Amino acid sequence: MQPSSNNGFRGRAKFIIGGFLILAAVGYLIFSSTKANAEYFMTVDELLAKNASMVGRSLRISGAVIGSSIQFNPESQNLTFDIANVPGDNATIEAQGGLSKVLHEAVVDPARNHLAIIYAGPKPDLMRDEAQAIITGHLSADGFFYADELLLKCPTKYEQAVPSQVSGN
Amino acid sequence: MLAQFGFGVLVVTFALALFSAGAAIFGYFSKSDRWVESARRAVQLTFPLISLSALALIYMLLSGHFDLEYVYSVTSRDMPAYLKVTALWGGQAGSLVFWSWLMSAFATAVTLRKWDRDREFLPWVVVVTAVTLAFFLALVIFFENPFVRLWQTISGEVLPQMFAPAGARLFTPSDGRGLNELLRHPGMVFHPPMLYLGFVAFVIPYAFAIAALVTGRTDDRWIRLTRRWTLVAWLFLSIGLVLGMWWAYRVLGWGGYWAWDPVEVAALMPWLVGTPFLHTVMIQEKRGMFKRLNMLLIMLTYGMVIYGTFLTRSGVFSSVHAFAQSAIGPMFFGFIGFSMAASVILLIYRWNTMKSEVSLGDTSVFSREAFFLLAALFFGAIFIICFWNVLFPLISEIVTNQKMSIGPVVYKRETALFWGGLLALMGIAPLSSWTWASFKTISRAIWKPAIPAVLVTVILLVAGMRNVIALIGLTLIAFVIAVALYEFGRGTLARARTKKENFLIALWRLAGRNRRRYGGYIIHLAMVAMAVGVIGIEVFQQQTQQTLKINQEIQISGYTLRYDSLYKFPYPDGRQVTLAELTVYKDGKSLGKLSPRYDVYPDGQPMTIPAIRSTLADDLYVVLVNWENVSEQQTPFKVYHNPLVNWMWIGSVIFVLGSLVAAWPEKTELEMSRYK
Repeated sequence: MQPSSNNGFRGRAKFIIGGFLILAAVGYLIFSSTKANAEYFMTVDELLAKNASMVGRSLRISGAVIGSSIQFNPESQNLTFDIANVPGDNATIEAQGGLSKVLHEAVVDPARNHLAIIYAGPKPDLMRDEAQAIITGHLSADGFFYADELLLKCPTKYEQAVPSQVSGN
Repeated sequence: MLAQFGFGVLVVTFALALFSAGAAIFGYFSKSDRWVESARRAVQLTFPLISLSALALIYMLLSGHFDLEYVYSVTSRDMPAYLKVTALWGGQAGSLVFWSWLMSAFATAVTLRKWDRDREFLPWVVVVTAVTLAFFLALVIFFENPFVRLWQTISGEVLPQMFAPAGARLFTPSDGRGLNELLRHPGMVFHPPMLYLGFVAFVIPYAFAIAALVTGRTDDRWIRLTRRWTLVAWLFLSIGLVLGMWWAYRVLGWGGYWAWDPVEVAALMPWLVGTPFLHTVMIQEKRGMFKRLNMLLIMLTYGMVIYGTFLTRSGVFSSVHAFAQSAIGPMFFGFIGFSMAASVILLIYRWNTMKSEVSLGDTSVFSREAFFLLAALFFGAIFIICFWNVLFPLISEIVTNQKMSIGPVVYKRETALFWGGLLALMGIAPLSSWTWASFKTISRAIWKPAIPAVLVTVILLVAGMRNVIALIGLTLIAFVIAVALYEFGRGTLARARTKKENFLIALWRLAGRNRRRYGGYIIHLAMVAMAVGVIGIEVFQQQTQQTLKINQEIQISGYTLRYDSLYKFPYPDGRQVTLAELTVYKDGKSLGKLSPRYDVYPDGQPMTIPAIRSTLADDLYVVLVNWENVSEQQTPFKVYHNPLVNWMWIGSVIFVLGSLVAAWPEKTELEMSRYK
C-alpha cells in the first residue's frame, strides 16, 4: 500500500469501523452472556419462598453453617450439611450487630429456615460451625440444594473487633 | 506509649502531605521555586516518618502487644516471627498503613531524582503523590486505625479506642486471636506486598501524566521519564498476580489457580489497562501517535489501582480475599470519583494540543501501529468485560433489588475470543513494519514462522487431539514462539555477518543494544508458556475422587496410585497431622511416593496440604480429604491430573527475566548520564 494523504474520515474509517466492530462484539457478549449466565444470589428464606419456580436454576445462596449437621460420606464422597437463614443485606447484618453475631444467632435459633446442601467433594478447610457459606448450585425437586462450589468465611475467627471472652456475652 | 507515638507520627505525616500538596500548588502558580523545593522536602520526609510508625507497629506485632486491637486480632503467641511481621498486611488497618508506607517510599524516591531538566513537572508530581498519600493516611487516621487500644471501663465492658475513655483501664488479653491459618504460609509473605508494590508504583507514571497535562508539555517527555517506573510497576503487579495463583494452587487444594473471584478480577484490572499502556507508549515515542490514548490508559490504570484496593478493602464482595465489612467504601468511591473527574477535565482541556503527529488515516491496517492499536482494543475489551461483570451484581441489586452473582463461566466465555486474539497479535505484530506494511509484505514475513506452527497442528491432529480450543491455542502458541525465535535468529545472523562476531556474542550484543525490543520478545515467550499452562488445566484437567483401603489403587490418566500407609501424629506446635502415603506408577514402573496430608490446629481449624508430583508434562495433584473418621480401612482421596500446568510457573520466571532485560538501562543511557 502506497502512502496516500487521507487525513480525514475516509483514511481513518477502517480503524473506526474496526473499533466499532470490537465494541459491538463486547456489547453483544455482555448482553447475551452476562445476563443469561448470572446467578441469582439469594438467602435461604428467599429461596424457600420461591421454591418451585427456582428448581433447576443455577443459583448462589448464602447462609450460616450448622456445625452439628456436617456429614461426610466416604463411600459416595458426598458432603452434606444444613445452613440457616441469615439476612443477605450487609446493612441489615451491621444493624443486627455484625456478621459473627448474626451467624451465631442464626445457628442457635431453631425457628430459622434451614436448607440441606449436598456437595460432591471434600470438606473445605473453612467449613465449621457458624461459618458463612456462599454456595453455587441448584435446588432439586427433592428439596436438597446440590452445590457445585462452596465458598466459606469465618468471621468468628478472623478480624473480630472485641475479645468475646470479656465482651459480656 | 508506642501506640500514641505511632499514631501521632501518622497524624504529623498526614499534615505534612497536605502541606506538601498545598505548597507545590502555591509554588507552581506563584512561580516560587522555594515553595516547590519546600514541598519536595516535605514529601521526602514522609518516608522516614511513616517508617517510624510502621516499625513501631511491627515491633508491637512481634512483641505481642495485645492491648492493641489490631495486634490482638491478627497475631497470637504461637505464630513464628516472620508471620507476625507479615501480619502488618494481614488485616485491614495494617494493610492500609503498609500501602501508605510504600506510597511514601515511591514518592520520596521520585522526588530524589535530579530534576534539573524537567523541573516544571516537579510540583505536580509532588501534588499527585502527596494527595494520594494523604488520602490513604486519612483512611488510617479517621477510619481504620491500627493503633487503637483496648480499654476496660468500670462496668467491665471492653472498648476499642485510641484514647482512654473516662475511668477506663488499659486491657491486655492474654493472647491474640491469631492470623487465619490459611494465611500462615510463606506465600503470604510475598503475594500481597508484590501486588501492592505494583499498585503503588503505577501512581508515579500517572503523576507525570498529570504534570504533563497541567504544564501543557504533552509531548512524549513524561513517557520517557517514566518508562522504567512503569515497567517496574508492571513487573511487580504481574509477580503479585502470579504468586497469588501459585499460592492458591499449592495451598487451597481445589486443583485450580484462578477462580474469577471479584477481588481477583479487581487486581487484574489495572494489569489489563497497564499492559496496553506499555505497548502504545512505544508508538507515541516512535511516531508521535496515540497521545490521548496513552493519557487515558494511564488514568484508567491509576483509577483501577485505587478501585482494586477499594474492592478488597470495602467488603462489598463476599470473597476469600475480602476483609470484614468496613466504613471506608464511600471514602474510596469519593476519591476515585474526584481523581477521575479531575483527570478527564485536564485531558479535555489539553485535548487539542495532543493531536497525533501522523494521521491514523495515513497508516496501513497491516502496520505495526495498527496491530498495537488492535491489541490495545482487545485488552480494552477484556477490561470492559471484567469491569462490567464486577459491577453488574451491584447495579442489578440497586435496580431490581435482586442480588446476582457472576461466575467463572461468564468470564471465560466472554473473554476467550480476545485472549486468543492477543495471542495471534503477539505473533503477527513483531513481523510487521512501521506505517507502510501491506498485506503482501506481511504475508511474505509470515510464512517462515507459520511452517512450524502448521507442523505443530498436524502433529497434534495425528496424535489424536480433537479439542478445537486447544488446537487453535497451541497452534497460535507455536506461531508466537516461532516468530520470537525467528526475530532473534534473524537479528543475530545479520549482526554476526556485518560485525563479524560469532553467533553467541552477536546474540548477546543484539539483545544488549535493543533491550526493550528483545526483552519484549522474551516476555512474549513467557506469556505463551503461561498460555500453555492455562490450556493444559482448562481443557485437559481430569479429576476423580475415591475412598480407598490400604493397598487399593486409583487410576487416573494412565497413572496408578497405590495407597501404602496412613500416619497420624502430633506436631511440636500442637497441630495434629494426618498423612497418607501413596506410590505413583506408570506402565508398571514406580515413579516415587506422594504424601498428601491435612493438619488440624489446636483450635480445630484444619489445613489441607495437597501432594503434587510436578513434571514438564503434567502435575499429579492428590488431596487427602479431611474427614474425622479417616482410617486405614476408609481413606477418601481426591486426585487431579493437570497437564502442562507447570508451564504457568516456568513462564512466570521467564517473564521476570524478560522484564529485567527490558528495564535494564541501555548502555548509551548510562554513558550519557555519566557525562552529564
